Amino acid sequence: MKKTIFSQILTSEKWENVQRNWYKFSQNRLSIIGLITIFIILFLAIFAPFVTVHPESVGRYVNFEEAKKPPSLSYPFGTDIYGRDILTRIIYAFRVSLLMAFVVLLIAAPTGVIIGLIAGYFHGTWIDILIMRITDIFLSLPILIMALAICAILPHNLLTTMIAISLLWWTWYCRMVYGLVISIRGEFFIQAVELIGAGKLHILFKEILPNCLSVIITKMTLDVGGIVLVGSSLSFIGFGAQPPTADLGSMIAIGVKYLPDMWWMAVFPSIALVIVVLGFNLLGDGIYDIFTGWET
Amino acid sequence: MKNINIIFIIKRLFYSIFVLWGLSVVIFVLMRIAPGDPARMALGSRTPEEVVQRFRIAMYYDKPIYIQYYYWFKGMLHGDLGVSLVTKHPVLEDISQVFPATFELAIFAFIFIIVIGITIGIISARYNNTWVDNLGRLVAYFGIVTPSFVFAIMGMLIFCYALKILPSMGRLSPELIYPPKITGLITIDALIQGNFIVFFDAFKHLILPVVSIGLLGMAEEARITRTSIYNNMRKDYVVAAESYGIPERVIMFRDVLKPSLNPVVSILGLEFAAILAQSFLVELIFNWPGFARYGMVAIIQKDLNAIYGVVLITGIFVIFGNIIADIIVGFLDPRIYLIKERSEKIR
Repeated sequence: MKKTIFSQILTSEKWENVQRNWYKFSQNRLSIIGLITIFIILFLAIFAPFVTVHPESVGRYVNFEEAKKPPSLSYPFGTDIYGRDILTRIIYAFRVSLLMAFVVLLIAAPTGVIIGLIAGYFHGTWIDILIMRITDIFLSLPILIMALAICAILPHNLLTTMIAISLLWWTWYCRMVYGLVISIRGEFFIQAVELIGAGKLHILFKEILPNCLSVIITKMTLDVGGIVLVGSSLSFIGFGAQPPTADLGSMIAIGVKYLPDMWWMAVFPSIALVIVVLGFNLLGDGIYDIFTGWET
Repeated sequence: MKNINIIFIIKRLFYSIFVLWGLSVVIFVLMRIAPGDPARMALGSRTPEEVVQRFRIAMYYDKPIYIQYYYWFKGMLHGDLGVSLVTKHPVLEDISQVFPATFELAIFAFIFIIVIGITIGIISARYNNTWVDNLGRLVAYFGIVTPSFVFAIMGMLIFCYALKILPSMGRLSPELIYPPKITGLITIDALIQGNFIVFFDAFKHLILPVVSIGLLGMAEEARITRTSIYNNMRKDYVVAAESYGIPERVIMFRDVLKPSLNPVVSILGLEFAAILAQSFLVELIFNWPGFARYGMVAIIQKDLNAIYGVVLITGIFVIFGNIIADIIVGFLDPRIYLIKERSEKIR
């Protein structure tokens, strides 16, 4: 009897679940493309020092002999005005983008979820009103404009940009979880648990939260692309990671100055950015399919 | 029925005013807790300390934050948003000077979103699961994942530098004279004057920025229109109409389109916000002398009063855009007010 390692680790029921989810996910070829894209990007970002040919290009490095070279075999995406390899810088820039998305989600999602849970549970009281009105104020402006205003007053670096985006991003989770909690709260099983005498914390985190998780996870994967987009928009303007750190937005911003002669400086980072966002969006759609089935 | 509509709109208006007030508090607090001495920043590092001190007292910077807010709020009610630290003009005056340029972009972007987005959506839904549909969905997908500034750069490279058919900078070619300012919108002013050369030139300058700004909204509208029409096309009443032998075109435009437009229009209010946000990036690239570029310059130079002004005015436009969208949805489908009213009671 042959058993895969996975099936030994997981109980048969869980394994079946994984298989079913994978089947749903793989029904859409685009989701698979997204998954592969993200794997490649993650691989490149994690092993950046080993996969890049010119790792020295990332920091303060100047090599005027190789400067302003169009794409060639040794420099597939060309070099910038200091002679740094664009391909290497793009791969390192993935690290910044992914780090940004990771940190923002790590701060914003739990914050938003907890606040949303509280607001939803104390629905109809002053706590709910206070929290949701504050959320409305934050949501009344496009996130990019608010983030710009916050970045403007803080020192310009990657950390403050991540803080600025997190400060605004939690509101989406709050809104979403709030709506979910209100609908779940009325269910009989919650009333039953309340009757048994379970504490508020138990109900919130052990009964209601697990029922929201699938939606939260879907939203998180779909958000990665959005955060990368906002982050690179900010760094395009000059916030976020400062030179010489490689960042897609700032690379594009520098490249724009040298259009059209040195087109490769702007074009390749732009394409890389689109691919990252596209990959995460396709993956997010696939995960959405897992949780919703084939209704669409 | 009518009464409910009016009550609903009035409620919305009051609520919006509350949100705006909240926004002004949030922005004010954010700006005041910012590191750095605002008086010193306004006057520069070379000004003697006594002058800075006098300025500080004149601007109430030495008072607690809620007193500062009180004076700022009082000024704002009189239409006084303070003086820009960079241009030394009143912020409101500056903004009213640059606003028409952005307004022109926004209007054309809006038209682009509505016309192209809904057209792609209708065609996709009508020919669903054919290559036309796939093409439409592909366009929509790329519209969603392509940042406006990336599209602007690519468009600039292709149409301005490689093909040389579109201009890359500003609102009007340097050899042409601006038409007399009536509305501030060059295309409209040129039309009023009957000057078609200026009109076409201004229009050519508009194409790329408008498409870059509207791309995201267009893609979203296309997707929503497609889903909405696709779902409605399978409703019983449409099948019934088909069985009567009514031509498909008539069913499509008379019976399916109108109910399908509800979600499309209610999203339009949000698109207005998206347009303003995107223009902050795109105006910078195309050197468009508008509101958003003014805001960007203020942000980069830490011109606090101007940042307030820009954020607040953007907020006003976004919030009223949403209200207008709500009102239009109400005209398309009066039931919506009842549903919203009820859901608000449940909440």
